Amino acid sequence: MSDDAADPADTTGASVIIVGGGATGLSAGWWLARAGVDVLVIDKGIVAWEASGRNGGGCTHAFSPLFREEQRLWPQMDELLGYPTEFSAGRIRIAMDAAQWDDAHRVVRYGERHGFQTEVLDAAQLRELVPLAGEAHGAYWHHFGGHANPHRTVQGYAWAMQDHGGRVLQHTTVHGFAVENGRVTAVETDRGRLGCDHLVLAAGPQTGKLAAALGVRVPVAAARAEMIVTEPLPLMPVGGADGNGLYGRQTLRGNLAYGGGPHEWLEECDGMGVPPRSSTPLMGNIAAHLIEMFPRARHARIIRSWAGVIENTPDGRPVIDRLPDPSNVVVATLSSIGFGLSPATGHAIQELVTDGACGFADLSTLCLSRFDGLEGDWAAQRGWQPVPTARSPAG
Amino acid sequence: MTPRVIDPRSTANATLTVAERTDLLVVGAGPAGLAAAIAAARHGMSVVLVDENPVAPETMGDDVPLHFGQRMSGAVRNRTAMTEAMLGAEPALADAMEAGVDVRLGTAAWGLYANGPSVGWLPGKVAGLTDGEASWMLGFKSAIVAAGRRDMGLAFPGWQLPGVMGATAAERLARLGALDVRRAVILGSSAEALLAAIAMRQAGVEVAAIVEQAPAPIGPAALLDQLAGVPVLTRHVIAAARGEAGGVTGAALARLDDDGRRIAGDPVTVGCDTAVLGIGAVPVIELLDAIGCRSVFSPARGGHVPDVDAAQMTTVPGIYAVGDCAGVWAAKSMDRAVAEAEGRRAAAHAAQAADASDGAHAPEEPAVDLSAYRLAWVRSAVVEAAPGFGAEAHVCQCEEVTAREILEVRPPRYLNWPHPLRNSTDLSALLGQGPPNADQVKRLTRAGMGLCQGRRCREQVAALLALGAGAGLGEVPLATFRAPVRPIPLGLAALPESPDMAEHWDVWFGIPGQFAGGWELEATQAPAAKP
Ligand SMILES: Cc1cc2nc3c(=O)[nH]c(=O)nc-3n(C[C@H](O)[C@H](O)[C@H](O)COP(=O)(O)OP(=O)(O)OC[C@H]3O[C@@H](n4cnc5c(N)ncnc54)[C@H](O)[C@@H]3O)c2cc1C
Repeated sequence: MSDDAADPADTTGASVIIVGGGATGLSAGWWLARAGVDVLVIDKGIVAWEASGRNGGGCTHAFSPLFREEQRLWPQMDELLGYPTEFSAGRIRIAMDAAQWDDAHRVVRYGERHGFQTEVLDAAQLRELVPLAGEAHGAYWHHFGGHANPHRTVQGYAWAMQDHGGRVLQHTTVHGFAVENGRVTAVETDRGRLGCDHLVLAAGPQTGKLAAALGVRVPVAAARAEMIVTEPLPLMPVGGADGNGLYGRQTLRGNLAYGGGPHEWLEECDGMGVPPRSSTPLMGNIAAHLIEMFPRARHARIIRSWAGVIENTPDGRPVIDRLPDPSNVVVATLSSIGFGLSPATGHAIQELVTDGACGFADLSTLCLSRFDGLEGDWAAQRGWQPVPTARSPAG
Repeated sequence: MTPRVIDPRSTANATLTVAERTDLLVVGAGPAGLAAAIAAARHGMSVVLVDENPVAPETMGDDVPLHFGQRMSGAVRNRTAMTEAMLGAEPALADAMEAGVDVRLGTAAWGLYANGPSVGWLPGKVAGLTDGEASWMLGFKSAIVAAGRRDMGLAFPGWQLPGVMGATAAERLARLGALDVRRAVILGSSAEALLAAIAMRQAGVEVAAIVEQAPAPIGPAALLDQLAGVPVLTRHVIAAARGEAGGVTGAALARLDDDGRRIAGDPVTVGCDTAVLGIGAVPVIELLDAIGCRSVFSPARGGHVPDVDAAQMTTVPGIYAVGDCAGVWAAKSMDRAVAEAEGRRAAAHAAQAADASDGAHAPEEPAVDLSAYRLAWVRSAVVEAAPGFGAEAHVCQCEEVTAREILEVRPPRYLNWPHPLRNSTDLSALLGQGPPNADQVKRLTRAGMGLCQGRRCREQVAALLALGAGAGLGEVPLATFRAPVRPIPLGLAALPESPDMAEHWDVWFGIPGQFAGGWELEATQAPAAKP
């Protein structure tokens, strides 16, 4: 099957074509392939090259309508996929002051609502579970959520999908669609036209542009966010520990991978390409927050920093919806919080494609029509625009 | 016009603390960097010249920035003496100080940053510097990168032993009187390998043999003449470094047939305490790649090099590449005037002054096909490493990944992944979907993700992917480099935040309602409302 893909000239269309080989598109592809559907995922680069391979790996989204499904699926993902995801259960949230402590309580409440427990840790317990931590104002131990390795997980979706007969076409850009009688019949790529019965748009920051080609407005603004990673340190009993304005984890290899702080709004993506995802000296600010929380990691050396580009809708919440017109299109933008939810998102998209509705969760708060009547300058109203100096010649 | 709204949690509201400013930053105090710095100072620019040497002994012990193979002598622990040795070995350093250049030895540049298509908040171009005591940002108008070269690794059994070291590292330590080697075998016969051998001999090292997999030595005859008496074993490859914990005690050499395949039979063992990796001198382009300079694969210039114009300027305006990091070739390695001319040309352009140098030197026609040459080494010494020569070597020493694990795209061992391969998810399966991608293989196997930042394995991993794909080295896209290009402690890297940044620091975007429970929202809420 991969031989087909080596030469796109030989690639045939599919019953379902998914644009975007990130966590969202590939999870959907995997769910569809498991359901016996002929599916093709197209990506302009390699799988997981964009946000899906550059994120913090957090899987704790207690506010989301897909939370229960996220929590149900993660502990089974290694088995279901047949490939390792490095999922580790549980999260510790460290608060360095009263404001952070109050803020952290929200997740406690949300968890309880779904029947999940949270423990308050005393200083000795925190020291035992998170030996790198120092004096903290307080810490919660959520007995839910967790973290996983984004690279392994997303590649796992791709491989598992292929095991079920699905196909991936990399290095191929989608730039338009053929629509007949209110249905998309084909996608136009830089390597030719590919027919389909259903279309899923899961193209991250490009989802807005692609939807526009169908005459549909999906309002998203793109931004860059940064992370750092250190050399491996001895494994802590609970690696999923964060706080103090940072998200992240100790990986199962022992590296500290953390991000947080200012994001940078980007120019509307020119053409179909995401601009270079350079990181900046924010590395130093992230490091400062990290050693405040983990003073015993002062000497750990940073070995990489990077940036990823994510899109946000005006209310910062995902759109996962099947369009009324064209009627065979599902749009999914995860609005900057899509890695952890991806097992559940893919399931929801599969049901939207095959059944027309999601049977296991109420997605009404994620519908596209909530943005009907949105002003044209919504992004400018929020200041979701590039820094003005971006265009001035660099001195 | 209505006033512009600013998202307070975005970089539009962030200010970077810049500790100092200069017209020109020069990175690297070799011949090219020194010539550039001196010329620029004479053109009237303020110039800061940094060089990470003398490198702290602990850092050298991690094979950063070169593959020192633990063969530095106790001398490296005396920083003052090392600094004096540098000044003694390089008179141009004194010239630079005299010319008014702000020379900072023991100072590493770990990152270069500029505003660009997705970055707009920086107050101009900045560099991250550290002297091991502190780390700070330096603002600059232009930067000339003269970061030199390093050595391609070769994962033969035993290559992790103390005493396997790079030719560039050996030559540098020899020149500074800090090399602790008695008897060495040189792997490879390029100009850079031979120059290391000559420098080592001058430092009193006995060069036991030069080993070359090719049918004839590839370096200039003039250099071979200087090594008269040293046996050159062509059509030989290193089968293993023998030794114990203390280090190498010998090099087992296997013969190759006319096709470069290993001939079965007992290897010859040459007694030595050091095996010098001279199979590939690699331009150090990490700072340039990380800031976004385009690079090209140029066999005549030693591999992936920055794409520079006639003034040595890269594709990022105001960033120049000179000396070995702009391309390594024999004539340049043998005559420092070539690198110096590049440095002066870049300095003149940065200063908008007339170029007093004598125009660009073009690399000579390469003596061998660089891709075929390096692939032959990796095939014969790594892929075809015969059992019986010790455990399969780790190509990536930091993360302990073997060639087989790279080619099979195996999950790392710490996962103890119990499942047999469910389908063929090896390299050939990935290749079905496009050209081999070193970053993808790195993410999945962790090869190149460790503390040495891939300096010892990166070219080998690319070679393995090329061999697996039946492609040339030039067809394997360069794996990306990222800042910091030197491992830097969190405590050192920590930057104080500006008051605005501190006030609005948020774990994520801080969009009202983004993390509110779905049940707390009206399904038909008016999202158009301003935050
Ligand atoms: C620094 C950072 C940290 C994060 N931390 C977390 C976290 O801890 N937890 C969490 O849940 N989420 C996190 N996220 C968010 C998460 O990474 C994203 O929401 C998620 O990966 C989105 O996946 P996606 O598949 O929807 O989009 P993407 O990963 O952006 O994938 C879209 C794909 O579409 C392809 N594409 C686009 N246009 C076209 C076209 N025209 N033709 C063909 N292909 C196209 C792109 O190449 C890309 O591969 C983080 C993000 C970043 C950047």
